Amino acid sequence: MSVRRVIGTEVEYGVSVPGQPGANPMVTSSQVVNAYGARPELTRGGRARWDYEEESPLRDARGFSYSGALYDPAEALADEDLGLANVILTNGARLYVDHAHPEYSTPEVTNPRDLVLWDKAGERVMAEASRRAATIPGSHPIHLYKNNTDNKGASYGAHENYLMRRSTPFADIVVHLTPFFVTRQIVCGAGRVGIGQDGSTPGFQISQRADFFEVEVGLETTLKRPIINTRDEPHSDADKYRRLHVIIGDANVSEISTYLKVGTTSLVLAMIEEKALPGDLGIADPVTELKAVSHDPSLKHLIRMRDGRRLSALDIQWAFYERARAFAEARRGDDSAEEITFDVLNRWESVLDRLGRDPGLCADELDWVAKLRLLEGYRERESLGWASHKLQLVDLQYSDVRPEKGLYHRLVARGAMKTLFADDEVRRAMVEPPDDTRAYFRGRCLAQYASEVVAASWDSVIFDVGRESLVRVPMMEPERGTRKHVGALFDRCASAKDLLEAITSG
Amino acid sequence: MATREPGGRSQSSRSRRDEEIDEAPAPEASAEVTERNEQLTEDVDDLLDEIDSVLEENAEEFVRGYVQKGGE
Repeated sequence: MSVRRVIGTEVEYGVSVPGQPGANPMVTSSQVVNAYGARPELTRGGRARWDYEEESPLRDARGFSYSGALYDPAEALADEDLGLANVILTNGARLYVDHAHPEYSTPEVTNPRDLVLWDKAGERVMAEASRRAATIPGSHPIHLYKNNTDNKGASYGAHENYLMRRSTPFADIVVHLTPFFVTRQIVCGAGRVGIGQDGSTPGFQISQRADFFEVEVGLETTLKRPIINTRDEPHSDADKYRRLHVIIGDANVSEISTYLKVGTTSLVLAMIEEKALPGDLGIADPVTELKAVSHDPSLKHLIRMRDGRRLSALDIQWAFYERARAFAEARRGDDSAEEITFDVLNRWESVLDRLGRDPGLCADELDWVAKLRLLEGYRERESLGWASHKLQLVDLQYSDVRPEKGLYHRLVARGAMKTLFADDEVRRAMVEPPDDTRAYFRGRCLAQYASEVVAASWDSVIFDVGRESLVRVPMMEPERGTRKHVGALFDRCASAKDLLEAITSG
Repeated sequence: MATREPGGRSQSSRSRRDEEIDEAPAPEASAEVTERNEQLTEDVDDLLDEIDSVLEENAEEFVRGYVQKGGE
């Protein structure tokens, strides 16, 4: 047991057309997605649709289906009917319009390192998409931001997905993940100028999202947001798996923030599945403490625990770290992702150690610290208060996806921010799928047989190979359809027809 | 980088945790922190000059114009 797990992220990007306040964000988002979807390798013979057959976003992990009226179950289909753009990429990712934002969902990967790579590829896809959209005559430049709030009361998500064993009781997940999620923001917060949902109270806080969370557990994602989200829609064999849908995270641009966010969470989930956590870290009032931790970049705030203790967010992160370290040490040699497991542990330890001495020591690794360093620099040099528009602009533009304008990207270019991947690796991940999940099958189908693929989803690809009816290939096992399983088959089959014949005869 | 003891406990984590439990006053800035701060002061002006050159014009208007619909 280790960091190895089927995971993925889905990030909604902020979208804006400067100088055009009346621009319809659904239209703008569609322009972005369609501009990218017009790439020639995706359009040979028409574009594949998204297949909604197996989608059930209202199934609840606690074992019931939601029947309230706040959310329209036909919404996904309605989006499709409106013609909202939806593109399946050759890297196995999905690029589409979700409500009023362009969204990129990574292909399924099996470890945090690959997650960072394909998540970064998504940022690059967005940058390229907005660049292409701007070349359409008569269009205005569209800006995209990998952040989570407009600082006027609206928030949009950066969700993480972790495949888990169905047999793990959901109550265990709630008990252990709640204190972990309340405190992990000190590692993976993205930083925010402004306090409160509308940001109207001047100040800096660690997390973009903390102020938007109102309950401990629930199914909603757009109002009364819960620390633990119960959506239970596995996109795979529901008897074996659940997909833990995590909505509390910030959208990170720092590769190390993203890496630690999914890496440490994967470790905690492994311990939950193995019943290796004692459950002694219950927080008395998680929703209040979530905000209190976010509002204290000095990291001195003491959280009131259920057992009466007062612990800092760092103390709680250290406790999870120490247990994860012991857990992984005891399983050395039995971990197919051992190198990454221990790399996550070493980096986690190093970051906690530096945060404890002086958070500024993490300015070249963690988003919130890097952002705070810029902000403090301006505050000092230009005597700016936290209500300054310039500081709000620095906050916003930190997450601009354009390499020449995004402040994060400028920091990387100066060598002031560490990365995990070289530029050419990220570029390759924009078009190539991961090798070791069903995303490989999906991606290669799109790359090789685009004209014969009618539709696809996380767990299926639908072909039209000239037979009387369409052929649907289900992919209910996320770790099947890998390069190892089907790579040679793709190399040898010139058409989808050949592929399907080979599959059914084999 | 902290050194680890057998069993996975970190030297620095132990000492730091003990400090917090005792609620000891913050330790004086270490040599590492001092050196870093000196280097940062030199770099920061240069850094902010570069950031200034790419920041959008008219911060107030730009920030006001950034209005999103909720998502998820």
